Amino acid sequence: MGHINTNSLTYNFSQKAQRNLWILLGVGIVMLIVGAIMWHAPEHGGHEGHEDHTGTLGQRLWANLLVNGYFFGGISLAALFFYAMQYAAQASWSVVFMRIFAAVTDYLWIGLVVIFVVIVAGDFHLHHLYHWQDSSAYENDHILQHKAPYFNRFFYYGRIILFFLGYIWYQRWIRKSNMLEDSLTNFADATANWNLNLKNAAIFLVFFGFTSSVMSWDVIMSIDVHWYSTLFGWYNFAGWWIGAIVVFNMLVIHLKSRGQMEFVNPSHVHDLGKWMFAVSVLWTYLWFSQFMLIWYSNIPEEVVYYAQRWEDYRGLFWITMLVNFIFPLLVLMSRDSKRNKSFIMFVGMLIFFFHWTDTFLLVMPGTVGANWGIGMIEIGMFLAFLSFFVYWILKSLSKYPIVGKNHALAEEGLHHHI
Amino acid sequence: MAAHKKTIHGIYNDEELLLDGVKKVRAARLKIKDVFSPFPIHGLDPAMGLKRTRIAICAFIYGATGTSLAILMTWYMMVSDWPTDIGGKPSFYYYMNWPAFIPVTFELTVFCAAHGMALTYFLRNWNLPGVSPKNPDPRTTDDHFLMEIEVKDEDEARAIAMLRETGATEVNVI
Repeated sequence: MGHINTNSLTYNFSQKAQRNLWILLGVGIVMLIVGAIMWHAPEHGGHEGHEDHTGTLGQRLWANLLVNGYFFGGISLAALFFYAMQYAAQASWSVVFMRIFAAVTDYLWIGLVVIFVVIVAGDFHLHHLYHWQDSSAYENDHILQHKAPYFNRFFYYGRIILFFLGYIWYQRWIRKSNMLEDSLTNFADATANWNLNLKNAAIFLVFFGFTSSVMSWDVIMSIDVHWYSTLFGWYNFAGWWIGAIVVFNMLVIHLKSRGQMEFVNPSHVHDLGKWMFAVSVLWTYLWFSQFMLIWYSNIPEEVVYYAQRWEDYRGLFWITMLVNFIFPLLVLMSRDSKRNKSFIMFVGMLIFFFHWTDTFLLVMPGTVGANWGIGMIEIGMFLAFLSFFVYWILKSLSKYPIVGKNHALAEEGLHHHI
Repeated sequence: MAAHKKTIHGIYNDEELLLDGVKKVRAARLKIKDVFSPFPIHGLDPAMGLKRTRIAICAFIYGATGTSLAILMTWYMMVSDWPTDIGGKPSFYYYMNWPAFIPVTFELTVFCAAHGMALTYFLRNWNLPGVSPKNPDPRTTDDHFLMEIEVKDEDEARAIAMLRETGATEVNVI
């Protein structure tokens, strides 16, 4: 086997690419502002009897902030999970991608800060996304009274801060440890580093496994505070995960097309494509499992969640599900298509957008109800987040060598062949 | 014609030697009939020049058959022949209750694809119960590797030399 030269390969983040991303960010912000100025109140508000906030501009803007914060933050969090999983599984196929996974996790703290700001803003009554933050809501509501201990602010903020700090702490640690690898030429030190990475990855995966579910209940499921689903955490996690896999695929295609990842062979690309296929099917499985049980049993307090999506979001609801299932299934089924850049690009971009609409469908029905829309505000904020997300990832990718040549499985990983 | 051809067995005790041997024998334009090994050897198929398996196409066809069967079955049983009340939901047409039929459709798809593939594999390899084994040497089920080549009479000496040269521990002319 010949030696594959990976020395001094660093991603070159060109001035042109940086400028284009800043322009896209500007376009997004301008669209957002124009959308906010052109916004006008809906003609008929929501329900009678109590104060209705679903038709206000503030509500819509904050709901959008939560959608984007959660979508991109979740992608980064799933990237951290996937990154840790490679260490825990001692996987060699992914050695060439480790720095890409790591770069995506660098966005994590920003995503979590956005989510945290949205939650705190609700307690300062800047918006009404979370019904449980309204203390008057508890009076005549048995279900809310029952859940009051869970939403006790000390308990709530205590666990949210614990989870977020746990994720961020591990992200900083593993990032540093992974970069440290480059300077470890001594075999004993490298082995110690490898074993420590393995151990901490396993601990993090357990921590993530429990907390990611609870985090998704606290941040998203509590919007529909009277409703619950035990599958919710997994379903959200599958959505983050597929988003992260799409981002990895796109970054690899981008880097390969610029000739900066010559060491990535068709087998590597094939394996990353398989993940896109597999996680899409996992997401659909969980989507359908949650939906079918609720549809089948038809219990009013459960089915109200889907009834609302059926009434006000029917088209988007079904298109989101079908696109995210049918396209990866049929297009990426064959071996050849998983090795074809154009197929991966096409399906990746399509399902990336439709997983954003999936997140949109998680947040919007419970916050703006029938007064939803995908207009200048939504597209503008999505573009602004997307360009900043990509900018941040590429910036951190350009800081380090693109492959860890001292990784314990580097030689095996570079010669990966399936 | 058969009288002018000979079958030669080269037996190896290491899979790396065998793999190199296969490459060299093919490069020398000798015809490899088959290779017997106790376990799958990575890279052997392309080295032997075998075409990629078409079992995936079969799997798709069997799976599609299973899906169609399941749809037909659920439609006939649950909608057409005896409309079944599912949670008080209307059942005049298939689409009204389709989510309830998805699990069985999925299961039948997997069932047909898996069983179809297994049966195809056994039939294609003629590997059925009671069929006598084609394995020329029982040691290839334990720790030996066997390359079977077919040569014309005039190539016999060259082939034997080639097998010896690539590290075969034993060469038998059948």
